[in-house]
Amino acid sequence: MVHDRIESALRGQDADYIEVRLEESESTQVRFRGHELEELGRARAMGGSVRALVKGGWGFASFNDVARLREYVEQAVHQARLAVREPLTLAEVPVVRDTVRAGAARDVRGVSLDDKVRLLAEYNELLWATAPLQTTTVRYSDLFRRTVFANSEGSYVEQESLDLAATFVAVARKGNEVEQGFVSTGSRGDLRVLEGLHGEVAAAARRAVDLLSARRIKGGAYTVLVDPKLAGVFVHEAFGHLSEADHVYENPRLREIMVLGRRFGGPHLNIADGAAVPGHRGSYAYDSEGVAAQKTYLIREGVLVGRLHSRETAARMGERPTGNARAINYRYPPIVRMTNTFIEPGQATFDDLLSSVKEGVYVKSSFGGQTSMEMFTFSAGEAFMIRDGKLAEPLRGVNLTGNVFQTLANIEGIANDQAWSEGGGCGKGEQAPLPVSMASPHLLIRDVIIGGE
Amino acid sequence: MQSFAEQVLALAGRSAEWAEVFMIGQEETPVAFEANRLRAIETRQTRGLALRVVVGGRIGLASSSQLGDPQALVDDAVATAHFGAESAMAYPSERLEEGALDLWDEAVAALSVDAMVQMGQEMVDRVRAHGDDLLVDVDVRKDVATVTVMNTSGGLSSYRKTAISAGVHVNRTREDDILDIYESDASCHLQTLDRQKVVATLLGKLELSGEIAPAPSGSLPVIFTPKGVALTLLEPLAAALSGKAVLEGSSPLAGRLGEEMFDPAFTLTDDGLVPGMPSSAPSDHEGVATRRTSLVERGRLNAFYYDLQTAGRAGTQSTGNGLRSLSSLPAPSPRALRIAAGQAAYEEMLADIDEGLLVDQTMGAWAGNLLSGDFSGNVHLGFRVEKGRLVGRVKNAMVAGNVFRALQRLAGIGNRAYWLDGRAEVPHLYIPGLSVAAR
Repeated sequence: MVHDRIESALRGQDADYIEVRLEESESTQVRFRGHELEELGRARAMGGSVRALVKGGWGFASFNDVARLREYVEQAVHQARLAVREPLTLAEVPVVRDTVRAGAARDVRGVSLDDKVRLLAEYNELLWATAPLQTTTVRYSDLFRRTVFANSEGSYVEQESLDLAATFVAVARKGNEVEQGFVSTGSRGDLRVLEGLHGEVAAAARRAVDLLSARRIKGGAYTVLVDPKLAGVFVHEAFGHLSEADHVYENPRLREIMVLGRRFGGPHLNIADGAAVPGHRGSYAYDSEGVAAQKTYLIREGVLVGRLHSRETAARMGERPTGNARAINYRYPPIVRMTNTFIEPGQATFDDLLSSVKEGVYVKSSFGGQTSMEMFTFSAGEAFMIRDGKLAEPLRGVNLTGNVFQTLANIEGIANDQAWSEGGGCGKGEQAPLPVSMASPHLLIRDVIIGGE
Repeated sequence: MQSFAEQVLALAGRSAEWAEVFMIGQEETPVAFEANRLRAIETRQTRGLALRVVVGGRIGLASSSQLGDPQALVDDAVATAHFGAESAMAYPSERLEEGALDLWDEAVAALSVDAMVQMGQEMVDRVRAHGDDLLVDVDVRKDVATVTVMNTSGGLSSYRKTAISAGVHVNRTREDDILDIYESDASCHLQTLDRQKVVATLLGKLELSGEIAPAPSGSLPVIFTPKGVALTLLEPLAAALSGKAVLEGSSPLAGRLGEEMFDPAFTLTDDGLVPGMPSSAPSDHEGVATRRTSLVERGRLNAFYYDLQTAGRAGTQSTGNGLRSLSSLPAPSPRALRIAAGQAAYEEMLADIDEGLLVDQTMGAWAGNLLSGDFSGNVHLGFRVEKGRLVGRVKNAMVAGNVFRALQRLAGIGNRAYWLDGRAEVPHLYIPGLSVAAR
């Protein structure tokens, strides 16, 4: 029935390409602050969007009133006509007809509000019981979504998805000093990810208090040993975004700089991204353009070998689509995004890397990061000085910056202990937070600038 | 839509002690130029309704984009109230009018996509005239919105607002050097949107960006441009002034009301009543009249900003700062932060510096322990100052400090404050000593 309605709305339209996405979602949000359950809310949304392409120009309309679909198709086509440039044929992909269901072992949809709240309350009380804190925040959200995708080439995909994200924050205060310890995690809608976190949550509470007596680092360039969590953010910011072809395809100079075959790092460096890597928050079967998920190597043995594409960027660069066009929801058009981004494990052990550092900084866990393509920042949640190959005093307020053309080449060691982080939310343009996952082993990087007083 | 809201409210009133409907209807039209050319024209319509209830003294919340089933919405909200926080809210009963805020411009509402394309093209052309190697992205967008808040205690606020904005971003890529500069402006009115100034400001910065100078390092005098202040200092400052952070004691400013915490020339106001500004409105998102709140008066910590629930728990009154998205409860959020202009001319501040930095764009300064007031950001667009002159653009540097210590003693406050995107009004700030780290 939905299929027929979309087909009839697309009939007789004069455009090179049209796609329709219709979406229904249900979400739950829980937030504890202090000892109290501050917010518990349920949201339902239903809406859709149409994207039309006419001679290289895009029109897009999003809406809640699904019954008026045909009008919105006409509007998107009309807008595309106003944006006409030279003809563009999207990169060819197979026409798909498929249905993808979502499910999880302990599916968030099958668990009562009562049970969710009780589980989160238990962790909140654990934070309080572990250390003398000023306050706490426990945030939880889950989302179930059903999307129907159809395009004028005949593809029709019904896809469900499930997502869960949770963060546990402990805040400690002494006079004017305020510090935080936190843990973030997530899954594809499986509540089991929140079972057995007691050790990590308690450690976050202790960390907040310990940080109060940590010293601030002196600003400058340091050798840094980066733990897998922060290294995941590093690879996302330092290289992932620059691999998104929409940053590159319209910039002739950057296309020269980012030419496939250019060396960015040593032969030990392998970086890949892909929604086809199963079981992570960035995993899916089809992207928001109905393209099947893949796994794409970006850097192999230190050399640039690929990048992330939508059908448009792939066509404009003469490369193959990679299934990385994602829209955060029906309100926005798909743009090139990361999915599950990772650095492959190397040969060294953590101890090998640590013992090789005469003076440096061990940086762990992440507040987040940002990139301008050339420059990027990544912020540590926890840090220690390293002296003579051993961990020394704790540090606080460590925010790092690097330059993509230098920093990947400055990766001196890659450990064999790759670990995934599932707490990621990526922002690009207006679309945030998009579920992404990241993985890396410990990395040893030379000459990274750290801000400090 | 209005009648659906009334229906939901009436239905909720049967099972709840108090109920409130927050409703938005919005149409946003972005016109995007990419790499010097028109790329896409979009229209995004959004509508939705959030129902907040108090049942058994506890708060519940549900929202929906579908205006069909009032009972499902009421059931969801009542179900969540079972677990919710105890209400401490003073329930609004005022009926607020749109008043003289001048938030609606028929010329914006009626603005055609063609006219927006033309506006954007002019901006692209003006920037492109300054170099063939420049890639210009322009975003011109209009936003037409209706907001309604009504509750069972007789409170009602309903208003319409138009907004028009124009942003330009220029990129110049050379071998291993990527330069990015961005500027934008926003207003409720087409007439007051100053596209010329946006472009002129951007071109001025572009002109300064030709040469690259070695980054200085150490403790140095730093001038932040208004944009630099907004990107680096405003966020940790706003976080610490939130009534919620103060109530729970996670703000370093908690318990310091009335004390001299900042430079005696530093004055900061939250102002939701500036006519014609997109950040203004007759009420917040829970029906409390918007006001002007003096947060810091000549260095003295004067007030914090509040929503209803936080104010109730803190034993004070809401300052009309309860803002929310459709799917979340209101939380204290600033409307438009205004730092009062001071005495110093920009040129005088610059002339005062023997060796230092002018910081315009920072990156990643928000990622860190914001609560402590610490900031540490990459100098994304900044210039080396030598003997009172700008001698070149600086790269690969971090500027770091603590916002409370930095604002304790200022070497100068610019004598002119600039509106940034209709969200904040900020002068240049000259900090006598701030840590700059470079290779």
